Amino acid sequence: MTLLGQFSLWLAFLVAGWGAAVAFLGRWPDRPDLARSAVRSTYAVCASLLVAALCLWKALLSHDFNVEYVAQYTSRNLPLSYVFAAFWAGQKGSLLFWATILSVFGALAQSLTSRRHESLMPYLAGVTNAVVAFFVLTMLLSANPFERLPFTPEDGRGLNPQLQNPGMTIHPPMLYLGYISITIPFGFALAALIAKQVDSSWIHAMRKWTILSWLFLSAGITLGMWWAYVELGWGGYWSWDPVENASLLPWLTMTAFLHSVMIQEKRGMLKRWNLGLIVASFLLSIFGTFITRSGIIASVHSFTQSGVGYFFLGFLIVAAIVSFTLLYLRWPLLEPDAKLESLASREAAFLFNNLALVGIAFSVLWGTLFPILSEAIRGTKITVGPPFFNRVNVPLGLFLVLLTGIGPLIAWRKASLVNLRRQFIAPVLTGALVSLGLVVAGIRDLYPVMAWGLAGFVAGTVGQEFWRGTRARRRMHGETIPLALGRLVARNRRRYGGYIVHTGFLVYVAAFAGMAFKVTREVTLLPGESAEITSPYGHTYRLTHMGVSQYPQLNRFVSAASLEVRKDGRRIGRITSEKRQHLDSFGRPTFNPSTEAAIWSDAREDLYVVYAGTIGGTDQASYAITINPLVMWVWVGGGILILGGLVTMWPGGPRITRRSPSEVQPGYSAVLAGAGVGEDGPP
Amino acid sequence: MTRRDFLRGSLAATLLPGLQSAPQAPPDSTRRGDPLYDPSVVQERALTTAADNDPVVQAVERRLKCTCGCNLDIYICRTTDFTCSYSPVLHREVVALLAAGASPDAVVAAFVDKYGESTLMAPPPQGFNLAGYLLPGVLVTAVGLLLAWVIARRSRRPEGQLAAVTPGRLEEALPTDRLPDLPPIPNPGADERLRKALQEVED
Repeated sequence: MTLLGQFSLWLAFLVAGWGAAVAFLGRWPDRPDLARSAVRSTYAVCASLLVAALCLWKALLSHDFNVEYVAQYTSRNLPLSYVFAAFWAGQKGSLLFWATILSVFGALAQSLTSRRHESLMPYLAGVTNAVVAFFVLTMLLSANPFERLPFTPEDGRGLNPQLQNPGMTIHPPMLYLGYISITIPFGFALAALIAKQVDSSWIHAMRKWTILSWLFLSAGITLGMWWAYVELGWGGYWSWDPVENASLLPWLTMTAFLHSVMIQEKRGMLKRWNLGLIVASFLLSIFGTFITRSGIIASVHSFTQSGVGYFFLGFLIVAAIVSFTLLYLRWPLLEPDAKLESLASREAAFLFNNLALVGIAFSVLWGTLFPILSEAIRGTKITVGPPFFNRVNVPLGLFLVLLTGIGPLIAWRKASLVNLRRQFIAPVLTGALVSLGLVVAGIRDLYPVMAWGLAGFVAGTVGQEFWRGTRARRRMHGETIPLALGRLVARNRRRYGGYIVHTGFLVYVAAFAGMAFKVTREVTLLPGESAEITSPYGHTYRLTHMGVSQYPQLNRFVSAASLEVRKDGRRIGRITSEKRQHLDSFGRPTFNPSTEAAIWSDAREDLYVVYAGTIGGTDQASYAITINPLVMWVWVGGGILILGGLVTMWPGGPRITRRSPSEVQPGYSAVLAGAGVGEDGPP
Repeated sequence: MTRRDFLRGSLAATLLPGLQSAPQAPPDSTRRGDPLYDPSVVQERALTTAADNDPVVQAVERRLKCTCGCNLDIYICRTTDFTCSYSPVLHREVVALLAAGASPDAVVAAFVDKYGESTLMAPPPQGFNLAGYLLPGVLVTAVGLLLAWVIARRSRRPEGQLAAVTPGRLEEALPTDRLPDLPPIPNPGADERLRKALQEVED
């Protein structure tokens, strides 16, 4: 099977190379047969890579330990789901996963895109084929997943224990899907530039792909936080690790694009900026891959350091040169159709929203690269950790939250003072009341109070938009409130889906701010002994050590330390934290012991307990106990965010049409926006 | 209890009041536990001491990076990666220095002298490092001001060009079966456009 896999890789490379060459060099407008060949090569590459992927899965599932990748990442006693997921656990497999999924997306884009955009499709095929060819070539030259060992081990090394978590089976693929799918909007952007079709049609062609990519990235990042929280045992979910930052960067630029693209659709403005954002998103996704795989920056996520990083660096440079040269050459064609007319307009609000998002992206990139810069300029190694990122990014983040509330409240073109007053009263009052309530409750920490106050402001904005839209429908159609609300969302999916996304974002913000109040404590307990910890809400948890049990389970030997938990004197149950020593099928230890945290959650806080170790080899246990406020809301916020994205991209619904400036009366625009109807909100 | 006190108390109970940490003496450990079946698979730890939970110690450790290469601060490393042999040693160094009367800043300075500037979790905001801290904020502010200036210049146009219509409360004027009577519009054909706009909402 590995021979077939090797053959498929070579075939995919050759066909992808052919497809790219024909698309870019074949003068296909005069040669429709070559144009068809470029497009069809996309399907052939997809078929070849699917065969290669099946071959690797076959090797994994049949425990063919003569294949180096299989021996490195699986063992005979590894549960089946993790054997399946081992496909993307290592460098080589994840490159094949990337190339395969990209080829599938490329084929889907070719088959699902409307024939109205037919003139762009050969160029799109060229871009996707070129990117796939790069990935396959990288595999063939430096990271071949079908490489064989000179001997066959009795058993494999097994999967890293921290990757043996349900989150592992879904978080990396989601993130990869996000990174990979950016290639399609990028391909459309380059196709539009090459074909000199830089009106808004390319945006219509790839809008769903952009949202899909953003959705996958959002899901991947949220699942990554969840995995880090439940698996790594440090009691947090975001540590500004370079690889975490790398996933955030394209998410930020894609979010900026999803907002600014509306200005292009509505007013024919920001064409250059939008193309720049798509190109930047693609380059940042490759940059993230470069960081993960080069070892250039120390990260807990990094794959084994290898020469693959240089391939990505080279590709990053070439892609940047090609993209920005094309953008430069087409610059005169990208003149805006209209000008911004007022600071008090939705266009201006979106522009400042873009500034905040791109500013945060720059800040994260700057902080991630600053150690390298410092070493190059000063010759001094420095560390840029969470204190730096929090200090620099929290003010920018709060500015972004403020703009999230402001944007939907302002009319297109120019809002009147009356309109502004009417729109802002309820949200500002909501935000002020929340802030006041917190101060009265005794909270004096500036950033959390600001974060919750601004979240209240955004909640007021979103609530007002839903309420006014629902009320307008009720009065116009006599519908009941649930029906009016449902139809309001169903018939304006893009707008109200966007508001749902904003709701998810504000829930995120509120939850993140809660971590400012986390409480931690270490204790050593004999069986029967208890320790107490008081939460920020004033609840007292009493934890009684019940003892340590040891037993074999699946592919590991477990030491489970249990605690009886009482909250304010009321028993809430028993929680167990584990130490796991993973073993191969011969009972030999494979990795260092890993830790499984015990987590008890409610809406207000998490009790997070980790069995740290033994005292003198006895059942006297050392525990690290943490109380993390509002953590559940991080997952809820992520869920709402994803739900909003799904609503936004759900098929059907009215097409957003651009109105020429003369068609839009500012007064009516303000009236309609004031009524909560007829204008586009967030994407 | 006044209503105000009740509301205040309720709010304090449901939202976040200030931090409260339960002081708790470490358990008496003169008694030993029963031996584990296989102690080799569980990391050996020292008894928890008061210094382990000292907020000053924790605050200092959060400013310093563990030297094991994990990229975490000493506090997180010693309470997370229980296989790390570096962070417990560094923890003891911090505790010893503080016990000897050094201030938190002096402890941090001693670590920088011993392990180099990279032992700090964030570079000190001075010299070249200021560029790291200030550049993003300065850039965003500068670009924001520039944008505001450009837009404000463009918006200085005669008021007549931006025909304003006295806004009303549309939804209050909306009957269920016909469009509202809006104020006169100085642009011919605007009624039709408004109808289209409302139709768009309908669709």
